[in-house]
Amino acid sequence: MLRTIGRRLLLLVPTLFGLTLLLFFWVRALPGGPAVALLGERATPERVAEINELYGFNEPLIAQYFTWLGQLLQGNFGVSIQTQRPVTEEFLRRFPATLELTMFAIVLAVGVGITIGYWAARRQGKPADHFAVFASLIGITIPVFFLGVILKWVFAVQLGWLPSDGRQDPRLDATHYTNFYVFDGIITGEWDAAWDAFLHLILPGIALATIPLAIITRITRASVLEVQNSDYVRTGMAKGISRGTIRGRFILRNSLLPVVTTIGLQFGLLLSGAILTESVFAYPGIGSFLSRAIFTRDYPVLQGFILFIAVIYAIINLAVDVSYSFIDPRVRVQ
Amino acid sequence: MTSAMLPPAPSGGPVDDTAVDDKELLAAKTRGGGFWRDVFRRLRRNPSAWVGGVIIGIFVLVAIFAPWLAPYGPEELPGQQYITPGHIPGPGEVAGFPLGLDRFGGDMLSKLIWGARASLVIGIVSTLVGLIGGMILGLIAATFGGWVDTLIMRFVDILLSVPSLLLAVSIAALMGQTPVAIMIAIGAAQVPIFARLLRASMLQQRSSDYVLSAATLGLGRGRITMSHVLPNAVGPVIVQATLSLATAVIEAAGLSYLGLGGGVPQTAEWGRMLTYAQLELAVNPWIAILPGICITVTALGFTLLGEALREAMDPRTRAR
Repeated sequence: MLRTIGRRLLLLVPTLFGLTLLLFFWVRALPGGPAVALLGERATPERVAEINELYGFNEPLIAQYFTWLGQLLQGNFGVSIQTQRPVTEEFLRRFPATLELTMFAIVLAVGVGITIGYWAARRQGKPADHFAVFASLIGITIPVFFLGVILKWVFAVQLGWLPSDGRQDPRLDATHYTNFYVFDGIITGEWDAAWDAFLHLILPGIALATIPLAIITRITRASVLEVQNSDYVRTGMAKGISRGTIRGRFILRNSLLPVVTTIGLQFGLLLSGAILTESVFAYPGIGSFLSRAIFTRDYPVLQGFILFIAVIYAIINLAVDVSYSFIDPRVRVQ
Repeated sequence: MTSAMLPPAPSGGPVDDTAVDDKELLAAKTRGGGFWRDVFRRLRRNPSAWVGGVIIGIFVLVAIFAPWLAPYGPEELPGQQYITPGHIPGPGEVAGFPLGLDRFGGDMLSKLIWGARASLVIGIVSTLVGLIGGMILGLIAATFGGWVDTLIMRFVDILLSVPSLLLAVSIAALMGQTPVAIMIAIGAAQVPIFARLLRASMLQQRSSDYVLSAATLGLGRGRITMSHVLPNAVGPVIVQATLSLATAVIEAAGLSYLGLGGGVPQTAEWGRMLTYAQLELAVNPWIAILPGICITVTALGFTLLGEALREAMDPRTRAR
């Protein structure tokens, strides 16, 4: 068990290593060189020479790479060109926002998705099932940003039920210890702040959750269908085991295996969907900062954030793989 | 195969009653025709295949015949005089603009039609990039094995270590603001999928009987790969290509929504139309709704067809 985890972590290292190589050479491969890319229209020959000196772009490539790698390993991911603050700091400031949103979306996706998937499978062939299948198909193909825009229009602009932007009403002077706004509101006892933060999570959360929700619904449904028609379920029923036990311990538990596997993948979808969703709702997480960094060619931010996200994604996948062996005893025996 | 294949008993005698009550199965057994005929036959019976096919057909036709179908050019702004700060005409309000105008004064109908063309081109090219790149990598990895295989798969893992949209976004961002950048970016994100697919398919085929017998007969490795293994691996690749087209359309829209892909604000691309539509939601929601529906329906068409194809090729449901 621990050996598997250790092995997987070890495998992670060359992958990340390769990623840094890729990122490094991407930036250097840009036309005109990285200095021109950094400066944009303001690139005059003198400024280019200055930047080259400052960032050491004139050194041989290998040397540059190892200097950069060394900095990375020391935790120095450079400074954002736009905000002039360390990339690490920018990431840590905004990550709780995205994490809060992502957790909300995952809870929604898993909770609702498994429920609907199970419900549809139990009513296979009936109109309810067809509707669920169709709805999940739409859920998969609808673009996140379109859904976000529609939600915003219906619930914020037209009905005014929910706020349309941001994380919190600026008029509420809320204290933030952990930067997880809902949590902060709860631990400081500022219930109105917590509630307000929660309201701000709803629309972007729904938009973000939709695709994973649809996928989880489909997988749950397919899995439950397969399990409920299997021999051991039939045997259980023949033996007279109560319906509740059959549903809970036989069907549900065994059909959850494939679902757990995809949750890790969904996390990746959520992280990438965050870019689009946060743009639509002006939600100040890493997604919106990243999209701004794209426009302003803020390369240190781009490189740093991508590496961070890759690490997080890999760790999540590893955690899911490990949990898989807890849930499925067959895997454990190996 | 069942006893429906046996000739009827010459006289009297017990007749096999496991009659094939399914006309289609009977046709399959008597006409045969091989894998593809079979797939096509099953596809024809699947309603979602039809729906998907029709949607794709319309989309492709609109895209190809855009210059003749669209009343105005892709970047024309014929309706500028009808735009006021608080009012943008919606569908049916102004004669000559059946679907209304956008915030710049462009005709929505024309924009949507030209957008179909842009989406089709980007979708096809990026899927091709992913397909060809992935197939080459998968082919090399599976054929040579050993350290070549490991190296290539490590590279694929690296590409997969970042969620695909993020990967596409970063590549497009670093490459510059051109449509070509988008196509390569989305394609690059698809490469690992195809590479893994082809490699797995080939490895699976490799241990199958017909390959072993071909090798016994003395066929060289290259020959075996080309004329035996590859054609059989094509099936899943086609399914994946169709599904990737759906993803490509959505991701392309997403990237142009973020502003990557160059062009001017009034460029006729569905994703780009949504970027600016956001600002006018209270004034005229149709500017946002129409392109969004186009993206969704198009992606839906490809998804339906792809899934129907997958079902038609699934060996478990085939060998009945």
